[in-house]
Amino acid sequence: MLETLQNLGLGFQVALAPGVLWYGFIGCLVGTLVGVLPGVGPLAGISLLLPVTYGLDATRALVMLAGIYYGAMYGGSTTSILMRIPGEAASVMTCIDGYAMARKGRAGPALTIAAVGSYVAGTVSVIALMFLAPPLATFALRFGPPEYFSLLLLGLLVLAYMNSGSMLKGLAMAALGLLLGMIGIDQMSGYFRFAYGVAELGDGIGVVPVAVGLFGLAEILLTAGQPNPPEVIRPRLRDLLPSRREWREANAPIWRGTVIGFLIGIIPGSAHVISTFVSYAIERKVSRRPEEFGRGAVAGVAGPESANNAATSGAFVPMLALGVPGVPVAALLLAAMMVHGVTPGPLLIQQDPRLFWGFIASMYVGNVILLILNLPLVGLFVNLLRVPYPVMYPIILVCSILGVYAVNSSVVDVWIMLGTGVLGYLLRKLDFETAPIVLGLVLAPMMELSLRQALAMSAGHYAIFVTRPISLTLLAVGALLVALALRPLISRTLDWRSRLPAET
Amino acid sequence: MTVDRVAGVALVVIGLVAVWESRAFPLGTLHRPGPAYMPLLLALLLIVFGIAVFAMGGGARRLLEVGWPEWRHAAAIFAACAFAAFGLDRLGYRLTMAVVVGLLLLGLERRGWALGLGLTVAMAWGSFYLFDTLLRVPLPRGPFGL
Repeated sequence: MLETLQNLGLGFQVALAPGVLWYGFIGCLVGTLVGVLPGVGPLAGISLLLPVTYGLDATRALVMLAGIYYGAMYGGSTTSILMRIPGEAASVMTCIDGYAMARKGRAGPALTIAAVGSYVAGTVSVIALMFLAPPLATFALRFGPPEYFSLLLLGLLVLAYMNSGSMLKGLAMAALGLLLGMIGIDQMSGYFRFAYGVAELGDGIGVVPVAVGLFGLAEILLTAGQPNPPEVIRPRLRDLLPSRREWREANAPIWRGTVIGFLIGIIPGSAHVISTFVSYAIERKVSRRPEEFGRGAVAGVAGPESANNAATSGAFVPMLALGVPGVPVAALLLAAMMVHGVTPGPLLIQQDPRLFWGFIASMYVGNVILLILNLPLVGLFVNLLRVPYPVMYPIILVCSILGVYAVNSSVVDVWIMLGTGVLGYLLRKLDFETAPIVLGLVLAPMMELSLRQALAMSAGHYAIFVTRPISLTLLAVGALLVALALRPLISRTLDWRSRLPAET
Repeated sequence: MTVDRVAGVALVVIGLVAVWESRAFPLGTLHRPGPAYMPLLLALLLIVFGIAVFAMGGGARRLLEVGWPEWRHAAAIFAACAFAAFGLDRLGYRLTMAVVVGLLLLGLERRGWALGLGLTVAMAWGSFYLFDTLLRVPLPRGPFGL
């Protein structure tokens, strides 16, 4: 404990040095501005700006990249709340209630709560990261293909169970998303599935075009031609900050989201995407006013935003402790380390403690910088809502098309965005939720690969899923959820007495 | 006919199409799944869900109650976006976006000429400068260098 605190002191010496602090600030600022661009998420932001760091030393480069990442995540939340366009899969849940809050004139509070929730979650999870990185990394290594499959299946069941609407319709949308995720090259056999000769579909359907289409474009198609277009919002100064009631409503979801996000984030793989969906589902389930979700519930913004930020720190656990990239962004950061001559791995903490602890401390400092930087910007962002909707939506469309195209420089992605935009428009007309489609799309490749790898490990025996303790536990929780969901149906069927006509 | 029944039918149709298309790949076995295994499983699951949604959809909102007051606008916006997708590689980014924004602001929303033209130029050339020049994201240039 004392040694960790001493090392942290060393880290803060590094992170707070004027030269390093300056690059952290630049990273946060640039990351926020890039992340605000619709369709450009944190991964795209880091990819675009990685070459800028080549001329810097390793510490400054990593601090700047981490700042870009945090900044892009917050910027992505801004477009989710103001325009209902998610920059990445993890921002999808913020779109739902964040945008609804904005349309009710509460954009400032939504942005503020997102910023504060991200700060709290990021700070707490960095502290947890410091003390828990080695043992948590060891636990994370015990996750193999059977555990991944069970976890992802559980994630889908949790989402469906906690869906306030029909569980059946939620599962149907998740199945549709999973089926869409089957498009592309099969990783085990190399078969080109459902691509119909379109080479760009080899890597499958991208999450960004689908998310932008289902949420951003669909919203424009639904809203632009309404007889009564959305009112222009002219926020007053006192409307920029949350009320006391909103702070109270955000408090518990922020802490819950932090814990959920961090625990899920430490698991290598894109499982951290589940954290925002699970957080949203839990908040809706425990809320005293679940009917508010989808209509501007504060908890619907606070929980997922905190979970997203905490999962980010959790995702750095395997990267820092073991040199294993748990998520694509961590892979980019590892690549940046190698470009600067740093060898990532379990010995990094001993070989270069200044870099290791400086990076940890810079994550904390970055959270503070973002809070200081973005709270004043809330007023600027909210003023975008003064623009009349008939003028705003063409701008949003251009940014969306550009953001989607920029990911892979592919027109196919733009067509995918169009197709899913129409799909989202029709689904909302038919009273279906579209968020499960995005989750299914993200999880499908991992689920299939995990299933087939697990069967390969066990020579085809399905018992592997129940003989490994972690997998068995996850499946048991999933079975419990299904049983709980079916309990009302079973009770109604068995309670035949209540359906007998009254005796005369 | 209710919205759930329409959706249920649509889900069944999608599932059937996926089942049909999955014939092209090896199914494998239960213990060694092939590339068609998971798609077929999901397609069958989708069909089951579609039938269930249809069966339980009698109490849902009636299809005729769904209003479509915005459909013409939506169709025009979709057409503009389709033009953008079609024209990006052929006409170049700036010209394509200028046409799209101009059509939407001036043709569909009937905004003033000054605002419409100003925004058209600003969005098309401004976004090109930001992404192509500053962020070094290559954007397509058409036959006229636009």
